[in-house]
Amino acid sequence: MGPETLIDAIRTKLGPAVEGVADSCGDPVLILRSDSVRASMAALREAPFDYAVLLDLTCVDFAAPEGRLELVYHLFSLSRNVRLRLKASLPAADPAVETLVGLWKNAEWLEREVFDMFGVRFEGHPYLRRILTYEGFEGHPLRKTYPWRLAQPRIPLKDGE
Amino acid sequence: MGPLTRIQREARPESMLLNMGPSHPAMHGTIRIMLELDAEKILNAEVEVGYLHRGFEKTCENKTFFNLLIYTDRLNYVSPLINNLGYAMTMEKMLGVTVPERAQLIRVLMSEISRVSDHLTCLAAMTMECGAFTVFLYMMKAREFLWDVIEFTAGARMTTSYIRIGGVRADLHPDWRASVSTAIRETRRVLQDVSGLIDQNSIFLGRTRGVGAISKEDALSFGWTGPCLRSTGIPYDVRKAHPYLVYDRLSFEVPVGEFGDNYDRYSVRMREMEQSLRLIEQVAVLLPDAPPLPAGPAVEPAEAVRGSRRQRTPGRIRLSPNLEGSEKERLDGLAARSPSVGVPAKEDTYTSMEGLISHFLFFMGGKGIRPPKGDVYFSVEGGNGELGFYIVSDGTDRPYRLHLRAPCFHVVAALEQLIKGRLIADVIPTFGSMNMIGGELDR
Amino acid sequence: MSGFDFLTTRLETALGWGRKFSLFHYPFITACCGMEYMSAACAHFDIDRFGAGLTRFSPRQADLLLVVGTVTHKLAPVLRTVYDQMLEPKWVIAFGACAVSGGIYRNYAVVQGIDRIVPVDVYIPGCPPRPETVLDGLMKLQDKIQNQKQDWRWARKP
Repeated sequence: MGPETLIDAIRTKLGPAVEGVADSCGDPVLILRSDSVRASMAALREAPFDYAVLLDLTCVDFAAPEGRLELVYHLFSLSRNVRLRLKASLPAADPAVETLVGLWKNAEWLEREVFDMFGVRFEGHPYLRRILTYEGFEGHPLRKTYPWRLAQPRIPLKDGE
Repeated sequence: MGPLTRIQREARPESMLLNMGPSHPAMHGTIRIMLELDAEKILNAEVEVGYLHRGFEKTCENKTFFNLLIYTDRLNYVSPLINNLGYAMTMEKMLGVTVPERAQLIRVLMSEISRVSDHLTCLAAMTMECGAFTVFLYMMKAREFLWDVIEFTAGARMTTSYIRIGGVRADLHPDWRASVSTAIRETRRVLQDVSGLIDQNSIFLGRTRGVGAISKEDALSFGWTGPCLRSTGIPYDVRKAHPYLVYDRLSFEVPVGEFGDNYDRYSVRMREMEQSLRLIEQVAVLLPDAPPLPAGPAVEPAEAVRGSRRQRTPGRIRLSPNLEGSEKERLDGLAARSPSVGVPAKEDTYTSMEGLISHFLFFMGGKGIRPPKGDVYFSVEGGNGELGFYIVSDGTDRPYRLHLRAPCFHVVAALEQLIKGRLIADVIPTFGSMNMIGGELDR
Repeated sequence: MSGFDFLTTRLETALGWGRKFSLFHYPFITACCGMEYMSAACAHFDIDRFGAGLTRFSPRQADLLLVVGTVTHKLAPVLRTVYDQMLEPKWVIAFGACAVSGGIYRNYAVVQGIDRIVPVDVYIPGCPPRPETVLDGLMKLQDKIQNQKQDWRWARKP
């Protein structure tokens, strides 16, 4: 499948779940509706698309300009040697999306990281807990509203901020 | 005390909870494994990471594209040059810059040296934790020779920031061929010695054969890449699958394992080092000597400035020793010469008004490297697997968002599954063979 | 020593001499500097020449705490615990820019120097410091130990 026909085939398969298609530096990008992320991913994981690897999951905070967070998924198909980027927008006020745990095993940790850094709730996640920061850390450091240098020490520190 | 962790909640009342790390010799200082034990048998495990979370991504949002290069050195600090390369190539994809051939070859040379030192460090630590201290000393010895090559050229041993956006910082050291061949010779000898000591060693085999095995399906489901994925028999290597630089013109093999156990991870790394040494040799043949500098005496910069006031064009300018190799004549073959991408030649900065202006325009806040709006993902084959950078730009001189796809994050995510049902002693080689690097895992 | 039947010294000097050449260190390794620590400890640079070759991975047996690398706020309580578990006399070396001052990481996650958590005797700058710098820092600490006034309270009768 060439890139054009591939995108067409995916659009046909997923139907209204795909909100749009974009191109970024030559890589295809699919924009998904946030309420159909899990169903779309489950379909993409099966043949004929065969995206067997969840390469990466991250998030971008567009809260200040656009009032939304953008989840960015990277899928990889080993059999066809292609990558695919998918995006889904969530409202910045109360971001929530269905979890991918059960489809891919690394989704558990990746989603915990996004929860920790951005405060996105993954519904149905078995163990949504902070992963890089610690219990008692307030706020989500990669949100643009979180000050770059605001530390939250766990033990009292001598003469410092 | 915060709320109970999962393992604390679910532990059977008769079993024992044991904490390994974060300050434990085999946990590399930055990881904590909570174990639920029945005598020595592990019933359940929970891995806690983040002890080295240094806020890399947040910091990058506040640094210019040029300045944040130094932070990429400290991600996977065992092979910093590959991290530089990943970041630089992602930016080049975004900016649409082509890198000169010579710089591409130097990049391959440097990243293969880094890969060997990465694998050496991983195996040294793994075998030492299994009790083979001799192997540790031997492998560290080989690493010193490899780092000599890097130090001669880049000036620093580890955190070099040598690979820059658009090319490399300076040309190779005039004596690089000698140091490379010494490094290759010494590394080969060490690899041979280590093979002899370890490959058939029954203590080592007992702790690695069949221990920590993972199936192909699980490895893919966990998003494994790199040597760990290849140990299960899947020959996925970014250098082959999505060739970058000049890898498609070089000949090398992708070693694979069979069972995906600790021993396979060890043996894949051993064989990969040999392939990397082959690549270094090929590049050394392809890489011509540096173009000679123009003859004649070099002028001190101050003298050249005085001369330029009298409209006199100076000959060659003597640069400070730490700029050795990045003379204007050489820079053309080393970096894309576009004022919006690379640092202008120092000779111009010292002597001409235009050069000085372009120098300031490059380093001034709000100017410098400003990629177009949009996002980009690019990955290279790092020491641990697919090392990807995802960068979102809003058109300013700072990234709006920079995310690292850390290969060992995905690998360590599988640790809980691999050690469940095994003995405590199996944790050590399993964790060691994963090559957890804190800077990359926790960012 | 042939030809000499006796040797005079001050008890304090003898104690200092004994202590400075038998440093058992606990490497609290977290980050990049660990690579240079490994180099310093191995055959090329051989920290053992200075009597500090024996690593003890139990704080109870160590008298020199080498804090190698970045200490984050998440890790800070662990460092404090390890230091508290060590027995007197004990010394601390801050190894690398991050341990000295937070280094290039001035952000929400990193402690701006371990002297906020534990007292430090010798600071070794560098990102990471070269092994030669490490050996220099170790020799500085040895000088300090040699010249340290001993605390004789333990020897007094109650």
